Amino acid sequence: MTQLVAPLPQVWRPDRAKVGIVCLIVVESCIFLTFVVAYLFFIGKSSNGPQPADVLDLPPVIINSVALLSSSWTVVLAVRSLERAKHGAFLGWLLCTVLLGGFFVAGTAREWSALMTEDRLFISTNLFGTTFYSLVGLHLLHVVVGLVLLSGILLLGIGGRVRQSHVNAVDMVSWYWHFVDAVWVVVFMTVYVIGR
Amino acid sequence: MAIAGHAEPLPSSLTLGARVHSWVVSVDHKRLGMMYVGFGLLFFLVAGLEAAAMRAQLARAGSQLIDPTTFNQLFTMHGTTMVFLVGMPILLGMANYLVPLMIGARDMAFPRLNAFGLWLFIFGALLLYYSYIGAQGLYGTSAAPDVGWFAYAPLTSRTYSPGNSTDYWILGIMVSGFGSITTAINLIATILVMRCPGMTLLRMPLFPWMMLVTSVLVLIAVPVLTGAQAMLLLDRSFGAHFFDTEQGGSAVLWQHLFWFFGHPEVYILVLPAFGFLNEIVPVFSRKVVFGYSLMVAATVAIGFISLGVWAHHMFALGLSPEMNSFFAASTFLIAVPTGIKIFTWLGTMIGGRIEFATPMLFATGFLAMFTFGGLTGIMLAVVPFDWQLSDSYFVVAHFHYVLFGGTVFGIFGAIFYWFPKATGRMLSERLGRWFFWILFLGFNLTFLPMHVSGILGMPRRIYTFQPDRGLDLWNLLSTAGVALQAAALLLFLWNVVHSLLRGKPAGNNPWNAWTLEWATSSPPPDWNFDRIPTVGSARPLWDVANPHDPDPSPEAHG
Ligand SMILES: [Cu+2]
Repeated sequence: MTQLVAPLPQVWRPDRAKVGIVCLIVVESCIFLTFVVAYLFFIGKSSNGPQPADVLDLPPVIINSVALLSSSWTVVLAVRSLERAKHGAFLGWLLCTVLLGGFFVAGTAREWSALMTEDRLFISTNLFGTTFYSLVGLHLLHVVVGLVLLSGILLLGIGGRVRQSHVNAVDMVSWYWHFVDAVWVVVFMTVYVIGR
Repeated sequence: MAIAGHAEPLPSSLTLGARVHSWVVSVDHKRLGMMYVGFGLLFFLVAGLEAAAMRAQLARAGSQLIDPTTFNQLFTMHGTTMVFLVGMPILLGMANYLVPLMIGARDMAFPRLNAFGLWLFIFGALLLYYSYIGAQGLYGTSAAPDVGWFAYAPLTSRTYSPGNSTDYWILGIMVSGFGSITTAINLIATILVMRCPGMTLLRMPLFPWMMLVTSVLVLIAVPVLTGAQAMLLLDRSFGAHFFDTEQGGSAVLWQHLFWFFGHPEVYILVLPAFGFLNEIVPVFSRKVVFGYSLMVAATVAIGFISLGVWAHHMFALGLSPEMNSFFAASTFLIAVPTGIKIFTWLGTMIGGRIEFATPMLFATGFLAMFTFGGLTGIMLAVVPFDWQLSDSYFVVAHFHYVLFGGTVFGIFGAIFYWFPKATGRMLSERLGRWFFWILFLGFNLTFLPMHVSGILGMPRRIYTFQPDRGLDLWNLLSTAGVALQAAALLLFLWNVVHSLLRGKPAGNNPWNAWTLEWATSSPPPDWNFDRIPTVGSARPLWDVANPHDPDPSPEAHG
């Protein structure tokens, strides 16, 4: 090819995994926003059945939230340990993350089972039930997906298959996990603060 | 030239099974792109047949050819198919094929995700069409969805839509929507990460630019539809009440969510076609594109504004006067960047040595028809005018001018332009011209009279009309136009088959174009370029041909 006239300019090229994960986060945010908008739109429109203020119990949810949000911290520590090739610490912090996430899922299960057995609130009971179970459930689904990913990494790590060179992939999963935690803040504000 | 590649022909000893297998397991962006376009064209024929059946029924007043139930299914499936199974896959498929070549890359950023997206789309399409065999309808018969392509509540509720045809509609579109999302993510990553050395964003051809904005719109708009469809599924399957007005739910919410997706979708379908024009018009005017940065800026502006105009589809609903005024104003506003684009293309053509090869015929046809459809769109943005003509054939005419006269003409222009690159053979120019003119006439004969029947009060989506309302002639003309269009499409199919077998060999760069896809062989080898090219301007092949008069790219002059 002919010699170029001008020197090559620096071309901006972000990391492809980061671009992918940011795009995924945009997509997920739009799905969540759709459900949050519906939730806000229907606050106070339930004509029958239990109302949020009667049945939503704050203290357990707050403990649950603290567990989930602190798992964001432990996953950061896990990634940092992997960066420095400290495999023991990496596995330890990852295990903490999975346990905290698991605690959150178990807490939600307890909350839901009380709502269904004691308060007789189902998705079909009224608009509160409809919007509550769908929004919180959508978030729960994302927590479960995150837990599956994290547990997979944990199992591979225990088998000695996760090396320092995989840090970028693990980091991308941690970005997703941070997103799931950040969404919980929005869901919590919508359901337990504004909606109540 | 060193950046050219040389395709090795497939060993002819491969059995048919092995060939099919090599396509099914392929992660090559070119093969995936061609499969997207192939499936899109297949569904284009299906949707065309559905439209032809409706026009046959409407040829004269009081016809009994097709019963109302079937008619409802036909317009639902026609609209759904055209938007989700024709427009999206063909445009995303062309982008799949072209973007890596244009930016000098060997593949997309995530090749396996790319294959996943294609197969999701195909699975979603099959799921939708399986409803014709598998969905339980009203009287135990099988039934296709019949709720219209925008599926308004409460028509979609269990009460009014028993059986599960509506569930097939939801799931089919949702699955193919996931496919579109993965492809959009892939395109964004490819465009941002995979550009060859020297290709700054402002040296990129305009088609990848249009695809970048389109993909961002896909990321924002499609998930909202997915969310709304998930709510509808919860309503129908688990007794939720999102759209159930008896329990305080809101049918209006569905309209808001659907059109928040629906209007950007129009731009998702038309921006890539703008991109085709941006490649075709300069090459056949033998001029550098007029106002490159203006075109980029207008596209980004369209992307933003298109997210804030959705309620112009809901004027007839009786929103508040403030809402109506806001959405009317934002709709007028989006006409400005769109108009800028029209003038940039005209500016490119003015003073050029214009050569009316088939791609250019379609590009100019696009300009005329899209502008016409845009103008009726501005008319419909006037709220009282919309009140008068909402849900009439005037609206049907308007969006067919935009989406057929615009997008589909753009697609055919692009097929004629890039077919030589993808297959190594030229499509017949003579047949191409005939195809264009017959399609152009047939298209106008079908849709121009619909403006009149709409103004005379003919509502859309009704299976028949009464005689002596002055509608007979206009409907007959519309139906006659369909025959012409069908003839044109047969000619096109013949052209494709004939040219694949006997077409003139294309060579690397049959149109003397300037972008990188023309630097490699036709068809390109699996790896696209023997050596990754390096570019010094927005028109690298111009620089190669004219080393002493390099292209004045935006950065070269600050
Ligand atoms: Cu619109």
